[in-house]
Amino acid sequence: MRALVAGLPARARAVLALVAVLLLGAPFAVDAYVLSVLILCLYFAYTGQAWNIMMGFAGQLSLGHSLYVGIGAYAAAALFVHFDVNPWLGALAAIVLCTLAGLVIGFLAFRFGIAGVYFAILTIAFAEFTRIGFDHWNWLGASGGLFLPVKERGVTDLATLRGPPVMFYYAILALTVGALALSRLLLASRLGYYWRAIREDEEAAQALGIDTFRYKMVAVGLSAAMTSLAGVFFAFYYNNLFPEQIFSMGRSIEIILGPIIGGLGTLAGPIVGAFVLTPLADGITELMQLLGIETPGVKQVFYGVCLLVVIVFLPNGIWPAIARRLGFAPR
Amino acid sequence: MALLEVRSIGKSFRGLRAVHDVSFELADGAIAAMIGPNGAGKTTCFNLIAGVFAPDTGAVALGGRRITGLRPHEICRAGVGRTFQVVKPFPQMTVLDNVVVGALNAAARVGDAEREAWRVLELLHLDAKSQTLAASLTLPERKRLEVARAMATRPRLLLLDEVMAGLRPTEVDEMVAVFRRINHETGLTILLIEHVMRAVMALAAHVVVLHHGEKICEGAPAQVVRDPAVLECYLGEEAV
Repeated sequence: MRALVAGLPARARAVLALVAVLLLGAPFAVDAYVLSVLILCLYFAYTGQAWNIMMGFAGQLSLGHSLYVGIGAYAAAALFVHFDVNPWLGALAAIVLCTLAGLVIGFLAFRFGIAGVYFAILTIAFAEFTRIGFDHWNWLGASGGLFLPVKERGVTDLATLRGPPVMFYYAILALTVGALALSRLLLASRLGYYWRAIREDEEAAQALGIDTFRYKMVAVGLSAAMTSLAGVFFAFYYNNLFPEQIFSMGRSIEIILGPIIGGLGTLAGPIVGAFVLTPLADGITELMQLLGIETPGVKQVFYGVCLLVVIVFLPNGIWPAIARRLGFAPR
Repeated sequence: MALLEVRSIGKSFRGLRAVHDVSFELADGAIAAMIGPNGAGKTTCFNLIAGVFAPDTGAVALGGRRITGLRPHEICRAGVGRTFQVVKPFPQMTVLDNVVVGALNAAARVGDAEREAWRVLELLHLDAKSQTLAASLTLPERKRLEVARAMATRPRLLLLDEVMAGLRPTEVDEMVAVFRRINHETGLTILLIEHVMRAVMALAAHVVVLHHGEKICEGAPAQVVRDPAVLECYLGEEAV
């Protein structure tokens, strides 16, 4: 615990404490709608962090992270639906499967020198053909979807992850905080130095004794494993899974927007980005309704303009711009 | 005893003979230089020693152990540190973090690596820049950072690829003094590619001359600079 806040000035610690209190107390102060938005914010904060480890830290661009969300979700859900397997065990299976999937993709790419945009295309390809495969996999409901039995929503049963939104809120909050702590520890470790070196210049990293293949594999495996838990969360929170949705390219893009807007490779960037973008998307919908505008596509255009503004004026993301002011000295 | 043994290494790129049948030895604790005109194959030689490419023919041994065919990181682990002629800093990392990455090669913990990095930064007069992003260094500073990073890996053999290029004469003298001191204090063996003859003459006890990928001459610096073949292809008559 102490290692996590070491080196942070008092002001930054105060900000952290305030945010912690707000997040912990939020369910008691907000209505069901706001809570659902907060859950979505945290969901993207978590997946964004998982993606950030691979791209932000180690410099490996994945545009197919929906693959790991999908496999994780389907693994835990199928075990639960078909074999009544406890979701916590299902989560273990999800982690194992997604880590393997990540390592296979990583091995193919890194062994055969596929890098940069070509690596990104490979990640898209894997997500896409998995989507098509799942569309025809009847045991998992195929394109018709896989549904989890919804029991009494008033009862909180943490063991089988059946309960009200508030339970899911704290679950995803715990995941997000855990990911933040892990990211901070990793970044300050040998692994963190190696990843950043690989991201900055792979040839120079090799010349300094770094087995770049190995550490890139670690980044992909870890990122996939973390993302799989988001999938498990997704399955048990929404109770329905469709390959068209969960494996879609759009989902992968949603995951990476938060870290990019918030600050690629930074610790808080993915979280800040998610908390800016998610309410923005929802807010625009509300705003459009308020103004009585129903022209299709206006929402997307407005959202795109907002992204454009951030990217033009804050090319390094939102977080680096506010970090100094909040007392988080930029490293 | 020879620390580095290079035995008739050769390398062709799509039929172009970059290095052909080059052999030389480097005694433990020696400072040697490799000179020759542009395109002579000096950097390719370095890349063959450092494992960027495997030689088509011949072999390289470090301390009696064959290192031919090992990958670059394994050769670094074996004790060869190298700099790049076209510098390759980690631009979005601080100068200190750049050097810490190198120091982690030999250090057991990040804290030890940081201490080692500070030591090397002081040695190369980069300590005042420790918190600067490498991206905002000047070229001479980047060259020093290359050296610092390679030295932090605690090599037995340091390969320096034109680290003096672009430095003012006083800066060259400063670098020469640093390398002399390190060589004297730690017995670090150094092989440098250099066009700055001022540095070569001041540092190297032994000079290897390459031309068109082949070794044309080898010996003490004073002897090499009088060699007619070397004068003809590289130094020119003025140098004497």
